Amino acid sequence: MIEVRDLHMHFGGFRAVDGASLTIEKGTITGLIGPNGAGKTSLFNCIAGVLTPTSGHVFFDGEEITGMKPHNLFHKGILRTFQIAHEFHSMTCRENLMMVPAGQHGETLWNTWFGRKRIADEERALRAKADEVLEFLTIEHISDLKAGEVSGGQKKLLELGRTMMVDAKMVFLDEVGAGVNRTLLYTIGDAIKRLNVERGYTFCMIEHDMDFIKQLCDPVIVMAQGSVMATGTADEIMSNEQVIEAYLGTGVKNKKKESAS
Amino acid sequence: MDFLNALVAFTNFVIVPASAYGAQLAIGALGVTLIYGILRFSNFAHGETMAFGTMVVLLVTGLFQQWGISLGPLPTALLALPFGIAAAAALVLFTDKTVYKFYRRVKAAPVMLVIVSMGVMFMMNGILRMIIGTDDRRFADGERFIIRARDFKEWTGLSEGLAIRTTQVLTIVVALITVALLFWFLNKTRTGKSMRAYSDNEDLALLSGINPERVVMITWLVVAALATVAGTLYGLDKSFKPFVYMQLLLPIFASAIVGGLGSPLGAIAGGFVIAFSEITLTYAFKKVVTYLGPDGWSPDGLVQLLSTDYKFAVSFAILIIVLLFKPTGLFKGKSV
Ligand SMILES: Nc1ncnc2c1ncn2[C@@H]1O[C@H](COP(=O)(O)OP(=O)(O)OP(=O)(O)O)[C@@H](O)[C@H]1O
Ligand SMILES: [Mg+2]
Repeated sequence: MIEVRDLHMHFGGFRAVDGASLTIEKGTITGLIGPNGAGKTSLFNCIAGVLTPTSGHVFFDGEEITGMKPHNLFHKGILRTFQIAHEFHSMTCRENLMMVPAGQHGETLWNTWFGRKRIADEERALRAKADEVLEFLTIEHISDLKAGEVSGGQKKLLELGRTMMVDAKMVFLDEVGAGVNRTLLYTIGDAIKRLNVERGYTFCMIEHDMDFIKQLCDPVIVMAQGSVMATGTADEIMSNEQVIEAYLGTGVKNKKKESAS
Repeated sequence: MDFLNALVAFTNFVIVPASAYGAQLAIGALGVTLIYGILRFSNFAHGETMAFGTMVVLLVTGLFQQWGISLGPLPTALLALPFGIAAAAALVLFTDKTVYKFYRRVKAAPVMLVIVSMGVMFMMNGILRMIIGTDDRRFADGERFIIRARDFKEWTGLSEGLAIRTTQVLTIVVALITVALLFWFLNKTRTGKSMRAYSDNEDLALLSGINPERVVMITWLVVAALATVAGTLYGLDKSFKPFVYMQLLLPIFASAIVGGLGSPLGAIAGGFVIAFSEITLTYAFKKVVTYLGPDGWSPDGLVQLLSTDYKFAVSFAILIIVLLFKPTGLFKGKSV
């Protein structure tokens, strides 16, 4: 479904993504793990059109989408969430969700003035949909609060909710679980699974919680220093010497640095 | 009686003109604030945009007058307004396509866009001078007064007169309608909401499938309309002189910043704060004080806090005070 070929993203001289190649198969929930600063988020940004990669290619269903603008990718069904939750802070949580499905009738200036009935119908349907999503995420009590004023975890849920507002094909989740409490984490896990099975979403998710990964993801891709280090099932990854060493290695290195300074 | 006279004098020379001027600044500041919120730069060419729209209104008004088309007691300029808006819209869309679009694509820093907009300002200024010159022109026609000072004195028996000009009332009415339409548009329509979404969080708006070029285009259209309305109201109230619009830039920016850049409500509040301060501080209170003081006494000086020459200094001072104590403005805009 998604194929990334020898992708590079350099910031000045710094190689955040350094020749990463990977494929995400249709219908899977692919996990993406790796130490902090491995370039996972940067990779997402390149695929989702937020950053234009320095070099390399990204394909979606065989079609090249490298450097395509985010709003065009959205219309192809590629969505993503942000590691640091983004929101339209001056709008309510419900309005935040209602903003998502673009290309609506009310979007043209002409219809704003002359197609009022159809817009009203559309709005009603959207509103119902947004309420359903809010209820699903157990945050219906914040529907009418300004999104800028809710807690960090609630913003994260809102991020996930956004991907449920439209019929997406490919969803990139950047640490949706981070900062969300345990019980809710399982709810989110269930939600992801259900979207995957019932609606056929393909997911690629960055996560640091190995239990969570193990529950949901197959396969799991490990990134380190900007490139892919290993791919396999969660169990394979967890027993992979190289991966363990990479994690331990960075950990040990950091410790050494600390004691040296 | 003397107290009433003082009140009438104050209303006549401060409240009425400041309300009209405030409304003009508010609509001007709305345009600046929208550009800042959505395109993320301070548009120095806004004054020229206002002047350009007004110039077209003035020219079309002239045509209508020749053809004998008029609105009776109302100024003919109201009929010409749509033409001015269309022309201003064409101009800003053209500049956007030829100038700003490039800088958006290369993701230029806001500071760079400000400089670019100054360049655009000089260009537009040149075009204006070429087309219409630098003369002072009046284009208000129709009934000049709603209430005349002489009539007011006769009705009330007061020695102080109150005059309310048609253009002043018109300014307030048109401003109210414009603001109501704008807020309805921003808060209730899908297009308006996309604009707000884009202003709140550009990245997220893009990832939610909002087409940035469309948002930018519609913003320019709305801004062109606001600029033309503000410019025309100002021109009707005072007179049309291209150079004056460039000077108006200071109080307009002051209004937008005082209210909080990016906040439409703030722009309106800011417009009135600046207008009332400017006019109150530069008004000679001699008359009012004479009425209020003991019989037969009058102050020696003009009782004027600042000479009118310093009126722009007022905007500047308020601007600095607000930036020092509340950098985000009264209505929590983006900090500057
Ligand atoms: N805009 C940028 N400019 C310069 N350097 C950047 C930029 N964005 C990311 N980097 C650098 O690229 C590296 C990879 O960052 P990235 O956010 O992709 O890591 P990550 O794998 O998502 O880490 P984490 O698990 O902490 O989220 C980091 O060292 C970061 O400093
Ligand atoms: Mg990250």
